Amino acid sequence: MNRTDPLVLGIETSCDETGIGIVRGRTLLSNTIASSMDEHARYGGVVPEVAARAHLEALTPSIEAALVEARVNLRDLDAIAVTSGPGLAGALMVGIGAAKALAVSLGKPLYAVNHLVGHIAADILDPDAPALEYPTVALLVSGGHTSLLLVRDLTSDVELLGETMDDAAGEAFDKVARLLGLPYPGGPEIDRAALVGDHRAIAFPRGLSRASDLAKHRYDFSFSGLKTAVARWTEQREAGGEPVPIADVAASFREAVVDVLVTKALAACADHGVPRLLLGGGVIANRRLREVATMRAEAAGVALRIPPLSLCTDNGAMIAALASELIMAGHEPSTWGFGADSTLPVTEIQVAEEAA
Amino acid sequence: MQPDYPGGVILAIDTSVGTAVAVLEDDGVVLAEGRSQNPLGHAEVIGGLLQDALAAASGSIEARGEQLTHVAAGMGPGPFTGLRVGIAAARAFALGRGIPVVPVVSHDAVALEIFLAGAMTDTEVARFAVVTDARRREFAFTVYEGIDDDGLPVRVTDPGLIPRDELDARLAELGAERRDAAGISAAMVAVIAGRAIAAGRSTAPTEPLYLRSPDVTMPHGPKRVTA
Ligand SMILES: [Zn+2]
Repeated sequence: MNRTDPLVLGIETSCDETGIGIVRGRTLLSNTIASSMDEHARYGGVVPEVAARAHLEALTPSIEAALVEARVNLRDLDAIAVTSGPGLAGALMVGIGAAKALAVSLGKPLYAVNHLVGHIAADILDPDAPALEYPTVALLVSGGHTSLLLVRDLTSDVELLGETMDDAAGEAFDKVARLLGLPYPGGPEIDRAALVGDHRAIAFPRGLSRASDLAKHRYDFSFSGLKTAVARWTEQREAGGEPVPIADVAASFREAVVDVLVTKALAACADHGVPRLLLGGGVIANRRLREVATMRAEAAGVALRIPPLSLCTDNGAMIAALASELIMAGHEPSTWGFGADSTLPVTEIQVAEEAA
Repeated sequence: MQPDYPGGVILAIDTSVGTAVAVLEDDGVVLAEGRSQNPLGHAEVIGGLLQDALAAASGSIEARGEQLTHVAAGMGPGPFTGLRVGIAAARAFALGRGIPVVPVVSHDAVALEIFLAGAMTDTEVARFAVVTDARRREFAFTVYEGIDDDGLPVRVTDPGLIPRDELDARLAELGAERRDAAGISAAMVAVIAGRAIAAGRSTAPTEPLYLRSPDVTMPHGPKRVTA
């Protein structure tokens, strides 16, 4: 196997995006994504069975499209990579079944990797960014996860500092959007509504930010209380016969989410003496989050990295990139017996590595 | 061996009940077969079963100067999560080799096995229903009667779902004997595929036989949090 510049195809099916990525070493050759988001819109959230069916339909056409874009042949590949978890079990299994069969069919090694660590690896593919330095704090925010990580080494040492205790941040956006009568997905809708709103208009609570909470949950997040606070506030308005100022509610809600995310991420940087923060996950598309993070990171003397959005949302390129790093670091392929692990801990960067 | 048989070496994969793989020569000789009866764990076992089956078969395939020509995929009916693993694997394997996928109704494989067993003992096989578990207190069933000129089982009904406690009454109505299947033979899936190829027919849809819409609850308006 080529261990200096491996050609890797990555398969990602942990949520509602069927992602196929192809990388050579640290160079991105294709990032093909088929999303079933539209099919979930009328349900107001990702429906696992709908997502899994869509993965099966999209998988082989996406692989073919990625190969065409990357101008490579399957037989040229050095390895196949696939997400083992965390994510929706039934969705993950589609990618795993395909990845194993493809690897056997081609006689190529297979690397089963961690989706969250993949989000960090995405940054490596950004051609305009300087090399990733360690250690770094990483904040991953999407519809499926909200995690704060301390990355000492991408392929060998990732520590979970904190995560959400209830809803993921993206989920909170979806739920509050619905509350305000806005369509799914909620992130861009809240962003749009907030455009003309005053983010200081309403003081919504910052979850797990009181001194008593901070002792136990310094780096953990909670958004369900915030969602309830927004609901209560709008209901009281309506009960009083007053109109609900949607722009102000959206802006103030978004500010509460962004404030907690950035505050906790920068606290982690300060506490660990790490002047580097990496953002990842689909919610990074949120304009206000990028704005506040940029401002406050600069004030704190923390270097902020935000990969291009196409690499922030779930994708196969990040899975291929992580496997490529593992291969270059000398790791052996995964053995055949692994499955989907919907709660795979972030410390398991690669799953079922063969004993050397 | 049928003289006009144009098919080649078939890899069959079925995960509609347990997980089963087989490699068959074009003369019907089983070169390799592997299965796991576990109704779960399809994603865990599929890679090892494929790897082992290919390793076992590759010697004879190469000795005869042949190569795999088709991948037969059991399309169900079966519980979705497991069923998809096999179909995804079949498609990806075929893509890797640049060969076609031949979809097969999984119940057809059970039916053929029953007919072949009947032929062995020279017993007439009356109309019967292949019955498999569909979870959620339902069975999946397909009624068969006889074999056609292409050697393929003739379906009297399409695969369907029925509440478990209604099955026997329905089968009595249809005059079909109940034949419960605890597993699907991948070798039989391959034989069905081979006969379909030989006859130039397609016997199954290219998409999975889910027989059930995705389980979703439409959102109602937001719940009130204040009284
Ligand atoms: Zn993600």
